[in-house]
Amino acid sequence: MASVRLLLTRRCCTALKTTTGHGQRSLSVSSAVLALLCLSLSAARTHVSYEVKDNVAVVRINDPTSKVNTLSRHMQAEMVEVMNEIWGNAAVKSAVLISRKPGCFIAGADINMIQACKTAEEVTSLSQEGQKIFDQVEKSPIPIVAAINGSCLGGGLEFAIACQYRIATKSKKTILGTPEVMLGLLPGAGGTQRLPKMVGLPAAFDMMLTGKNIRPDKAKKMGLVHQLVDPLGPGLKSPEERTIEYLEEVAVDFAKGLAGRKVTVEKKKGLVQKIQDFVMGLPPVRKQIYKTVHSKVMKQSKGLYPAPLKIIECIQTGIEKGNAAGYLTESQNFGKLAMTSESRALIGLYHGQVTCKKNHFGKPERDVKKLAVLGAGLMGAGIAQVTIDKGVATILKDTTEEGLARGHQQVYKGLNDKTKKKSLTTFERDGIMSLLSGQLDYRDFENADMVIEAVFEDLSIKHKVVKEVEAVIPPHCIFATNTSALPIKDIAAASKRPEKVIGMHYFSPVDKMQLLEIITTNKTSKDTTASAVAVGLKQGKVIIVVGDGPGFYTTRCLAPMLAEAVRALQEGVGPKKLDSLTTGFGFPVGAATLADEVGIDVAAHVAEDLGKAFGTRFGGGNVEVLKMMVQKGFKGRKSGKGCYVYGAKSKEKKVNSGAEDILKSFKLTAPPAVSADEDIQYRLVSRFVNEAVLCLQEGILPDPVQGDIGAVFGLGFPPCLGGPFRFVDSHGADKLVQKMKRFEEAYGNQFTPCQLLLDHAKDSSKRFHK
Amino acid sequence: MSAPSKKTLAKPGVKNIVLVDGVRTPFLQSGTTYADLMPHDLARAALQGLLNRTGLPKDAVDYIVYGTVIQEVKTSNVAREAALGAGFSDKTPAHTVTMACISSNQAMTTAVGLIAAGQCDAVVAGGVEFMSDVPIRHSRKMRKTMLSLNKAKTLGARLSLLGSIRLAHLSPELPAVAEFSTAETMGHSADRLAAAFGVSRLEQDEFALRSHTLAKKAQDGGMLSDVISFKVPGRDIVSKDNGIRPATMEQLAKLKPAFIKPHGTVTAANSSFLTDGASAVLIMSEEKALAMGYKPKAYLRDFVYVSQDPKDQLLLGPTYATPKVLEKSGLTLNDIDVFEFHEAFAGQIMANLKAMESDWFAQTYMGRKTKVGAPPMEKFNTWGGSLSLGHPFAATGCRLVTTVAHRLQKEGGQYGLVAACAAGGQGHAMVIEAYPQ
Repeated sequence: MASVRLLLTRRCCTALKTTTGHGQRSLSVSSAVLALLCLSLSAARTHVSYEVKDNVAVVRINDPTSKVNTLSRHMQAEMVEVMNEIWGNAAVKSAVLISRKPGCFIAGADINMIQACKTAEEVTSLSQEGQKIFDQVEKSPIPIVAAINGSCLGGGLEFAIACQYRIATKSKKTILGTPEVMLGLLPGAGGTQRLPKMVGLPAAFDMMLTGKNIRPDKAKKMGLVHQLVDPLGPGLKSPEERTIEYLEEVAVDFAKGLAGRKVTVEKKKGLVQKIQDFVMGLPPVRKQIYKTVHSKVMKQSKGLYPAPLKIIECIQTGIEKGNAAGYLTESQNFGKLAMTSESRALIGLYHGQVTCKKNHFGKPERDVKKLAVLGAGLMGAGIAQVTIDKGVATILKDTTEEGLARGHQQVYKGLNDKTKKKSLTTFERDGIMSLLSGQLDYRDFENADMVIEAVFEDLSIKHKVVKEVEAVIPPHCIFATNTSALPIKDIAAASKRPEKVIGMHYFSPVDKMQLLEIITTNKTSKDTTASAVAVGLKQGKVIIVVGDGPGFYTTRCLAPMLAEAVRALQEGVGPKKLDSLTTGFGFPVGAATLADEVGIDVAAHVAEDLGKAFGTRFGGGNVEVLKMMVQKGFKGRKSGKGCYVYGAKSKEKKVNSGAEDILKSFKLTAPPAVSADEDIQYRLVSRFVNEAVLCLQEGILPDPVQGDIGAVFGLGFPPCLGGPFRFVDSHGADKLVQKMKRFEEAYGNQFTPCQLLLDHAKDSSKRFHK
Repeated sequence: MSAPSKKTLAKPGVKNIVLVDGVRTPFLQSGTTYADLMPHDLARAALQGLLNRTGLPKDAVDYIVYGTVIQEVKTSNVAREAALGAGFSDKTPAHTVTMACISSNQAMTTAVGLIAAGQCDAVVAGGVEFMSDVPIRHSRKMRKTMLSLNKAKTLGARLSLLGSIRLAHLSPELPAVAEFSTAETMGHSADRLAAAFGVSRLEQDEFALRSHTLAKKAQDGGMLSDVISFKVPGRDIVSKDNGIRPATMEQLAKLKPAFIKPHGTVTAANSSFLTDGASAVLIMSEEKALAMGYKPKAYLRDFVYVSQDPKDQLLLGPTYATPKVLEKSGLTLNDIDVFEFHEAFAGQIMANLKAMESDWFAQTYMGRKTKVGAPPMEKFNTWGGSLSLGHPFAATGCRLVTTVAHRLQKEGGQYGLVAACAAGGQGHAMVIEAYPQ
């Protein structure tokens, strides 16, 4: 549905740093610390091992209990022990730090360790211990080469940049970055202090404020790594194994070179670099940069996210007031951030996302090897695109050649844009496109394992399609319907085998939006569900599985909020004001813009359908407003006009005067008691939240986690609030209920809190999340 | 060397096809004596050399197939241009084939196919590569502007088109020895391949030195009898390959990596160099050859083409092709007396040898139960190879086949095996049987 970009859309691995570190440099580890280490480590080391080859200590890390390496307490302790042994060994002239896991160097730290802390001070001291270890690494008497293959994120990157030299493979799995900001935190083990010196102020801000992943080529250009190593193909061992071995060989050579002073760390600076350094050396220039970055962050985050601001503060302090002050600010801010509700919300979403990336229904009986998509519209083509680019052969069927050509072009453009960004080669693009079969007939449907229909949202058309398709598909084939509001059981009524019918609700644009809402009826078989989830996971989706009913979960939450938005518009709140109120609350896209993106026609359709199903609770704004807009052709972005006018490449979006006229003709008087800015915000949000809680109460939603994930990833519910359920927990159900009662007085039952919400309001110990 | 009691590979109902003879121009480093020629000039020299060597009546040839890789756009069917200039009958059709470094292998097997199908009795095959001059194009933008200029009707339209030319239009498109599909240069891929198989720099330098040493010995010993003398217009007579330069291991060790810097292992000295050259062979049905009074040099027997992943297995063609062609012929590696493999890079050869020696590789990537085994070095490229003799892409295949025939004659062996890799991740192998002497 909504074209909503989220702050938290990037896949992030465990991305924190942590530490336990003791240890002074070289041999001066106090006996107390040693004793502590001996106690904490049972005899043999399990996570960190090393061997000395030719005076080079090769330190290999591998957490045997996990798919990824994290800087857990255990890992840290062993690392400190090993480093001290190496520093104490006069025969060792240099060292290489490498992971034995094919896809992961160090992915960060164990989030649970930070979550386990009760106070900011506890977290601050974790940070300071980490800073201390990496300080020792930075000041190591022998050069240390970090050999990076796979993810090098958060604390992993902070470790790497404390080393004297970095070599990374050009593998697709190799990514470097500081994604802490996406968890409402900051790089707390020296990252905010070392990165600006290494890559320059602008690049450091960019890395830490966006948390983006940096690919090896870019990392080399930025000066984040010194050398790149190509991944190898088949040889006498598997490519993955041999690539790590090769990386180690190359790293050992460089380590020897560094020890023998044949390789120098310092790069000759080019003219541009020299000029940039000079300019950055001017205090007024830096001041201007801080100011610009600050105002940009405020504009984008509306001040709702504390982490970016704290990151700016850390960097600024380190540069303007020196190392000691910088490191102190970093550790203190890290502690403060870990205690914020925003960080808890974002970490909650991270955990939720991990849960929703698993198949909880078991392995399906068969893999879907051929998928057919009916309808080459925006959705159909999008579904086809995310299927073929995972290597699954897909039929895209439409009824007209124009429709098919448009859909085909959409898929091609989606892939071609990736070649422009260099994430795909033109040959890979062509190979992927060859998996797509665009057609007007039902040819080859006898070989389809799953059909997803994305035809027009009309029950009679859907029924016709079910019958046509069931006449040609094999018995095992699953029929999935991509509808945003029609109950699946109504569609399944036309089916001869309702156990094979399931809802798969994608969000537009399909290739960008991560959420997939799967809807099961009471007749849908478990294997059908398992298969739909498996397909969704393959397509890269975050999946919630919900029960059947009008609007399922997501559409049902969105509809009352949009109804309230229409009422606000009728009451004279302009589209721009409405947008700023909603984005000011944390929605990435304003309500008026959202309606345009969803499509006014779709919104009208949904409002009418759900209105019929749920009665006055879904009232508020007049549906006729939407219908009138559709009549005049104001269908939203796709038709060039909705609440706004689209088309011209002007930066300022213009309000559609035609829509304003319609709103005037439906004008309502705003009750002053509930029309303050904050009231409008809570009117919108409380209807959303109440409906979400009601879905849980009615069993449409299996649990609050999926409710939060669905709302944030599908509808753009403010990520800093963590989803409707976490919002109720952190805001307080009682306070929310109080507000709703006030609105109820003015507007009636649209604001009547549901029973479950009332229960939570009555008993403050009741929480959706522990 | 081999026992004459070995069976012949003749098959009932299949025509015996023979190599009557083969020649080549000297292979020269590009930019040297051939620098001012055009590709068809070199090809013509090879074709004329073949006519001289065999005394073949010019109208006895039914068909000509020629290979080339880097196309000179003016002579896109270089086979026809060269044939006309060499004095072949204008009634003899000619076509050009291209398959990267195995282009002339493709020309020869095309000839074999024409004869086997009964459509021809005598076919000339060959290949030419001219690296001293390669097409450097205007940028796509510039070409578009120039083509539009042709169609512009008014002066104003022309001027506005000319006015649209920007500095960026002027940067030319240079050709590179790179895969179109992956944009990776071949040397880069070879370096990765060597690393994947753990081939050291030392092993590569040693193999390169071996190639040069053996080539020098063969040249000095007069073994390279396929080389014809060529009076280059405006220059001297050329009669020797000029890329053979045995060096010391110390000299080789000094070179810096050419592709993967600074830690790669493939250098200019352990890679084949850019070469100008052309080759040609005369292929006939045995009956026709005998009827014309020729004493053929060898039978051309089974051959295969293979292809694999152009990214990570770009140069592993010989590994895939060798067991396949042996199986087809019912032979084992031990039956082969003479091996001629195309040496694109020392690292590539060593990687292939290691792959052929590996059960794990055979099982994991080739779906075979066991390894085919690596050829014994005493039978392998004993007269030098592409590393030292040079490698004019499309001319190398004929050199390999002719060399096998000559070595079989000299050494008294019965079977020879040719194998080569090619850009695009393709490969070729052919079994050659000595003609009874």
